[in-house]
Amino acid sequence: MTAAPGTTAAPATLHNGASIPRARVPRLAWTDFRSALLAAVDRGQRVAALFATAAPGTDAAAAAARSAGAAAVPGAPAAPAGPAGPAAGATADRPLLFWAVLADDHAGVLHVATTLVEGDSFPSLTPHCPQVHLFEREIAEQWGVRPDGHPWLKPVRFQPSRRGADSDGDGAGGSDRVGAHAGAPARAGGTRAEPARPVVGVTDYFRVEGDEVHEVAVGPVHAGIIEPGHFRFQCHGETVFHLEISLGYQHRGVERAVLAGPTKRVIHYMETLAGDTTIGHATAYCQLAEALADCRPPPRALALRGIALELERLANHTGGLGALANDVGFLPTASYCGRLRGDFLNLTAALCGSRFGRGLVRPGGAAFDVDGTRAADMEARLAAAARDVAGAVGLLWTTSSVGARFEGTGKVAHETARELGLVGVAARACGLARDVRQSLPAGIFRFAHIPMCVWHTGDVSARAHVRWLEIQRSAAFVGEELRRLPGGAARVPCGAPLPGRFAVSLVEGWRGEICHVAATDAAGRVDVYKIVDPSFHNWQGLAMALRNEQVSDFPLCNKSFDLSYCGYDL
Amino acid sequence: MLKILLERARQGHRTFPFPDHEPALPDRFRGRPVVDPAKCVDGCRACIEACPTGALARAPDDPLRLDLGRCLFCPECAAACPTGAIGYSTDYRLAARRREDLVLEDAAALKRAEALDAAARRLFGRSLKLRQVSAGGCNACEADLNVLSTVVFDLGRFGVQFVASPRHADGLVLTGPVTANMRLALRKTYDAIPAPKLVIAVGACAISGGPYAGHAECGDGADGLELPVDLYVPGCPPHPYTILDGLLALLGRL
Repeated sequence: MTAAPGTTAAPATLHNGASIPRARVPRLAWTDFRSALLAAVDRGQRVAALFATAAPGTDAAAAAARSAGAAAVPGAPAAPAGPAGPAAGATADRPLLFWAVLADDHAGVLHVATTLVEGDSFPSLTPHCPQVHLFEREIAEQWGVRPDGHPWLKPVRFQPSRRGADSDGDGAGGSDRVGAHAGAPARAGGTRAEPARPVVGVTDYFRVEGDEVHEVAVGPVHAGIIEPGHFRFQCHGETVFHLEISLGYQHRGVERAVLAGPTKRVIHYMETLAGDTTIGHATAYCQLAEALADCRPPPRALALRGIALELERLANHTGGLGALANDVGFLPTASYCGRLRGDFLNLTAALCGSRFGRGLVRPGGAAFDVDGTRAADMEARLAAAARDVAGAVGLLWTTSSVGARFEGTGKVAHETARELGLVGVAARACGLARDVRQSLPAGIFRFAHIPMCVWHTGDVSARAHVRWLEIQRSAAFVGEELRRLPGGAARVPCGAPLPGRFAVSLVEGWRGEICHVAATDAAGRVDVYKIVDPSFHNWQGLAMALRNEQVSDFPLCNKSFDLSYCGYDL
Repeated sequence: MLKILLERARQGHRTFPFPDHEPALPDRFRGRPVVDPAKCVDGCRACIEACPTGALARAPDDPLRLDLGRCLFCPECAAACPTGAIGYSTDYRLAARRREDLVLEDAAALKRAEALDAAARRLFGRSLKLRQVSAGGCNACEADLNVLSTVVFDLGRFGVQFVASPRHADGLVLTGPVTANMRLALRKTYDAIPAPKLVIAVGACAISGGPYAGHAECGDGADGLELPVDLYVPGCPPHPYTILDGLLALLGRL
C-alpha cells in the first residue's frame, strides 16, 4: 500500500528490472509531484511513463480487483476473457492515482512517485513539459478527467472511458470529457444505459485555412500490407504545413486483459503486442514478472534473450533499410534486404522454431536452449548474412541518387526531439544519446555492452545510418555471445509475484525503449500494469518531420521512423 | 553502376523452387500438432489446461479435439504433457477450405485445402489480385504476407499479387481479430471489391480471434463476421510457406 499523503516530498529511486516495496512508492501532494516531475525533466531526465489507476480503496479499485482476482489465481478455469468491459462501478467522483516513472540516463536509475487526483480535472503539465502531451491525453481518455490547459486534447485510441459508465447521466459535466465524446453518435442498437462509444477517427482535426490550402486524408486502410492508421496532411501545393496522425484502429484492450486474466494468456498478449517486437515486449514482461517474484534467471538465459533481442533488431533494421531503398526507387538494396531480413528471422527460428521468437522468452529464463553444434551453425549463418547485408546496404551510401533523397529529408531538430521525449533510433538520429542497454542496463547488458550508435543530422539519412551502425554492432554481439554462452541452465522456475511490490522494466527494443510497469496488491495480485511502446513517444516525431516536406515524401519519412500501430494502440 | 552489378553477382539467385522442391524448415519449427493417444494418461487434462486459447478440448470418452484455427502453435501444451503424447511435426501444409476442417481429432489427418471449382479457377487460376486488410493484426502475419513478394518466394511468378486498391482486387486477405475500431473500414473494403470475390483469413486472430478471442474491444476474427471465407491459413503467424501452399492449393496449382 502507498504511504500516507504528505509524508514524503521526493520520488523513490529504483533500478531497471528490480522491484521495491510498493509502500516505498511515495504519494506526493500534487504541487510536489508537479515540481518533482518538471524539475527532473529540466535536469535531463525523461518521462518513461505517466498513467493513472483508480486510487486504492475506492469502488473503482475494488471492482477492478474483483474482476481481475477471479482469473488471476493460478489454475483458475480456462474460460476465455469475458466480454466484460472496463471496470464497472467506477464513477467520475472517485479519486485517481497518477503514477510517474522518470528515467535518469546519467545516474542509471529510475524514479517513481504517485499523487492523488480528485475531481474531474487537473492542471495540465504539457505547456511546461511537452513530452507528457500524449500521456495526459491517454489519462483523459481512459479516465474521463480533463487536463486543464492541454493544447491538443484529443482521443488517443477512441476507447470508452474506464469510468465512463456515468458519463451519459451527468449532462453538461460530461461534455468536456474526451473519453465521453459528447456529440459523437451513439452506436446503433445501444441502450440508454450504455455510454456513448467514441467513434474512431471522429475528432476535431487541426485545419489550416486559406487560399489554395488543401487537405489530404489517408487511411485507415493503406495501399500496402501495413497496419491501419489515419493521416491528415494540411498542404499548400505540395508542401505539408502539418501532418496529424490519428490512431486507435488496432486497439485490442491488452492492458485491461492483462489485469483481467486468464493469466496463461498474458505472455501471448506480450508476444503479439507488437508482433515485430515479440522478443522486446516478452523480455520486458518477463523481467518484470521476475522482479516481482524475486526470481533471478540464470546467465545463460540472459544471454539467449540478448541474442534473440539483437536478432530481432537485425531483422527489422535490415528490412527497414530495404524498405527505405524501395521508397526511393533503388531496387537492388530493396531486393537483397528483403531476402536477408528473412535470414535473420530464420536464425531466430533455428533458436526456438518461430521466425518471430514466439515461445522463447518465458518468466525464469528461455524455453529453448542451444548446444554447441546449433550455436556454431547459427554463428556461421549469421556471419554469411552479415556479409551480404554489408554489401547490400553499402550500395545505399555509394549511390548518389539515394543520398539525394535521404539527406535533408524529414529533419527533426535535436531540441524538438528532446522536448518531445523521442526514444530509440529516432532519438539517436537526432544526436540524443539514449539507449537503455547503455544507460539503464538489465539482463545480459549488465555484462556485455553494445556501443551506442548516434548520428546528428536528424533526417532520413541519419535514421538509416543509425540502423546500419546498429546492424554491425548487433551482429558482432550475437556472434560473440554464441561463441561464449555461459554454462548452466537456460531457465529456472519463476514463482508467483510477491505481495506489495512495485517494479519497472525497460528494454531497448529495435525501435527504442519499451517500458512495462507493474505493482502487486497485498494479496500478490498484479493490480497495476502499464505498457509504453516506443512508438507512443515517437509518432509525434514523425508529424514534426513532415513539416515543410512534400506529401510524396511521406512514405519515406514514415518508413524511416518505422513505428508500430498496435504497439501504440495496445 | 559497376558496384551495383558486382553486388548483384555476389548476392546470387535466391528464389526457392517451390512447390517443386520441399523447403528445409528449421528442426524446431512447430507445424501441425501431433497426438499419440496411446500415450495419454486416463483423465489427464494437462495440455487442455495449459492451452491459452482453448484450442484443445476433450469430452469424456471422446478423442482429444484440436482446433488449428485457435492454436497459437506455442510450446505450452507440449511442455505441460507428462508423457510426451502431444507435440509438433514440421508439416507446414495447414491451410483448409472449411472452418470445421481445422478441427482435428487425435492424430487424424488434416483435410487439406481443395482447389476452387473450375469456373472460379478460370477466373482466378492464372491471375489473382488480393487486397490485404489488417484489422488488429500485430504485424507478424502482415510481415509474413509481405515476405511472399520478396525474391525468395516471388509470389508474382504464380500470377498472385497484392494490390493497393480494393477495386483492382479479386479477394480480401484478412489478418487480426477484427477490432471494433476496424470493423467499418474492413466492411467498406470488402464491399469495394467487385464480385465474385474470395476471402482468405490468415493467422489465428483472423480465424478465431487468437489470444484476443472474447475481448470486448475486438471480434473473434472471421468466426465473428458474416463473411464467406474461402481459405483458412492457421498459425501465429503462419510460416510464409504455409500461406503460399494454401494459395497454390486454392488455385489448383499444386
